[in-house]
Amino acid sequence: MANPLVEMRNISISFGGVRAVDDVSIDLHPGEVVGLLGHNGAGKSTLIKILSGAYQADKGEILIDGKVADIKSSRDARDHRIETIYQNLALADNLDACANLFLGREMTAAGFLDEPAMEAAARKVIGRLNPNFKKYHAPVSALSGGQRQSVAIARAVHFDARILIMDEPTAALGVQETKMVAELIQQLKKEGIGIFLISHDLHDVFDLSDRLSVMKNGKLVGTVRTQDVTKDDVLGMIILGKQPAVAAA
Amino acid sequence: MNAVRSLFARLEIDERLLGMIICLIGIWVGFHLLSDGRFITPRNLYNLSLQTASVAIMAIGMVPIIIIRQIDLSVGSMLGVTAMIVGVIQTFWLPPILGGGHPLIWIIAALAGILIGAALGGINGLMVGYLGVPSFVVTLGGLLIWRGCAWWVTQGQTVAPLDETFTLLGGGVYGTIGETASWIVAVIAAVAIAFAAHRRRRRHIAYGFPVRPLWAEAAVVVVQCALPIGFAAVLNAYEMPAVAATKLAEMKGWEIPEGGLHIFMGIPIPVLILAGLAVAVSLLLNKTRFGRYVFAMGGNLEAAERAGINVKRMTVLVFVLMGALVGVSAIVASARLQSAGNSIGSLDELRVIAAAVIGGCSLAGGAGTIAGAILGAVVIQSLQSGMSLLGYDASLQNIVTGAVLVLAVYIDRLYQQRRPS
Repeated sequence: MANPLVEMRNISISFGGVRAVDDVSIDLHPGEVVGLLGHNGAGKSTLIKILSGAYQADKGEILIDGKVADIKSSRDARDHRIETIYQNLALADNLDACANLFLGREMTAAGFLDEPAMEAAARKVIGRLNPNFKKYHAPVSALSGGQRQSVAIARAVHFDARILIMDEPTAALGVQETKMVAELIQQLKKEGIGIFLISHDLHDVFDLSDRLSVMKNGKLVGTVRTQDVTKDDVLGMIILGKQPAVAAA
Repeated sequence: MNAVRSLFARLEIDERLLGMIICLIGIWVGFHLLSDGRFITPRNLYNLSLQTASVAIMAIGMVPIIIIRQIDLSVGSMLGVTAMIVGVIQTFWLPPILGGGHPLIWIIAALAGILIGAALGGINGLMVGYLGVPSFVVTLGGLLIWRGCAWWVTQGQTVAPLDETFTLLGGGVYGTIGETASWIVAVIAAVAIAFAAHRRRRRHIAYGFPVRPLWAEAAVVVVQCALPIGFAAVLNAYEMPAVAATKLAEMKGWEIPEGGLHIFMGIPIPVLILAGLAVAVSLLLNKTRFGRYVFAMGGNLEAAERAGINVKRMTVLVFVLMGALVGVSAIVASARLQSAGNSIGSLDELRVIAAAVIGGCSLAGGAGTIAGAILGAVVIQSLQSGMSLLGYDASLQNIVTGAVLVLAVYIDRLYQQRRPS
């Protein structure tokens, strides 16, 4: 098999003597969705913040395409085409979809915003991900949760993300909206993007993930192929830290 | 109601701004009737535009401040100290060096005013952006500090007379650009509006975006073009008083023709300054990255930071812009009074904030327009001038202005709640 897109090897980090992440290794392949599960405080968010450049590991290394990557800031992460999508913090509510998509990376012509060019690009990328999207000129506060998620994902995709980190992507969404995000994720997989889905709720990610990595108390309980396990197996891993009967993937 | 609303939507008309214009017309008609036809006259509207200029120029700067969810309570005091220093420079410092009435005096004094204002704004911005002191506190302190400094500049002595050319910036009897130039400015503005609309439509069609029907586009452009033309027409209808006209003719060495001299005022210089700044800052807010980041910071500061925007630097720049506009306003206000006294600009902070808020700036941040803020300033000044025209004293003017401020925000709240999202 080719090199994984991302490999985090033997990562450890401590805060004031507490080992938040203890010798954890996970990986992600192109076009694959890996669910990262665990209770609040299990260390999953800390682990992923090391990948997105918010923290730096005390020990261990990150490999991108098989090469060691030195990620010291969110800018470094962006240079490695790693994008993070936060559930609530990503969008400026008073701006429209287009303005949010390009926020911080606006196209300009002669010093002024080139709005038609940005709108054309926004229509292309959002339309590809979510053909039903119509409200290009409404502030994103007027959009549904799923539509907002479309904008956030389009933002990552438009700037050529290869590695997408999604934090609780469906936590606040209704049934229809969750379905919409699931379709978006399928679309991204087809394009060869690797996705880490972070959640404390198994039901949010079970059907979306190819593999599941479970953490407890800062340690990796195990990584399993979703098709090999039942939800109960995974719950056992989350709650009891128990390895399932099947072989680890 | 829905039919009207969908018509507005098709025309892409800003309902809020339209509502304000209707309110303003109501106020004007009301005063006109109550004053037996003395309100809507070229003379009164000319004076109204002149009286509005100083507060309106500062209101332009207050808009981005409020959009990024800050406040500046120190603008009136900053205006005071800036006007005092500008007065001292042109009256006490420069004449002995350059000689009285030297043409460089007004230029140096005006530039100094803008720079001093920008520097004072920069101090506010650094304290808010980098030291993290809430803007309410920083500028409340500034309100006292700068007013105190305004007194210290001359130990309370009023500076007068100011440089003669400088006082033209305040729009006195001779401080206008005249009839012909007013027509030219208005026509240039109308052509620019039409050209911008044409260019926008052409680009949208090229990209295949939906555009409004041609008749609607044309109607909107015609109305927009009518504004500067109509404005110039009103100000050009105000004839310079005969005494002033005769004096001007003597000064310029003109011969007085048979049947007397008829000179029409046209656009006052401070109003032209206001219009130029309004256009420039509107473009800055709506058509540049800087403006986009201002709105983004007001909408979601954390998202703005994550998007790589340097929010601390932006905060400083927004306060510097406010300060520079206070500097311009200090020039206009002192030039109009032809003197600088240490109480100049007192309570202006309240009028400026009221103008911005009446004009649709949300104190919750993230929303506001320059056009709205200027309309807000015109509303406040109309109430004050109208009431003084009817012989009511300042105390009642304050009561009504205060009540209108609260009412305007309440109506806006109702409107926001009712709006389908």
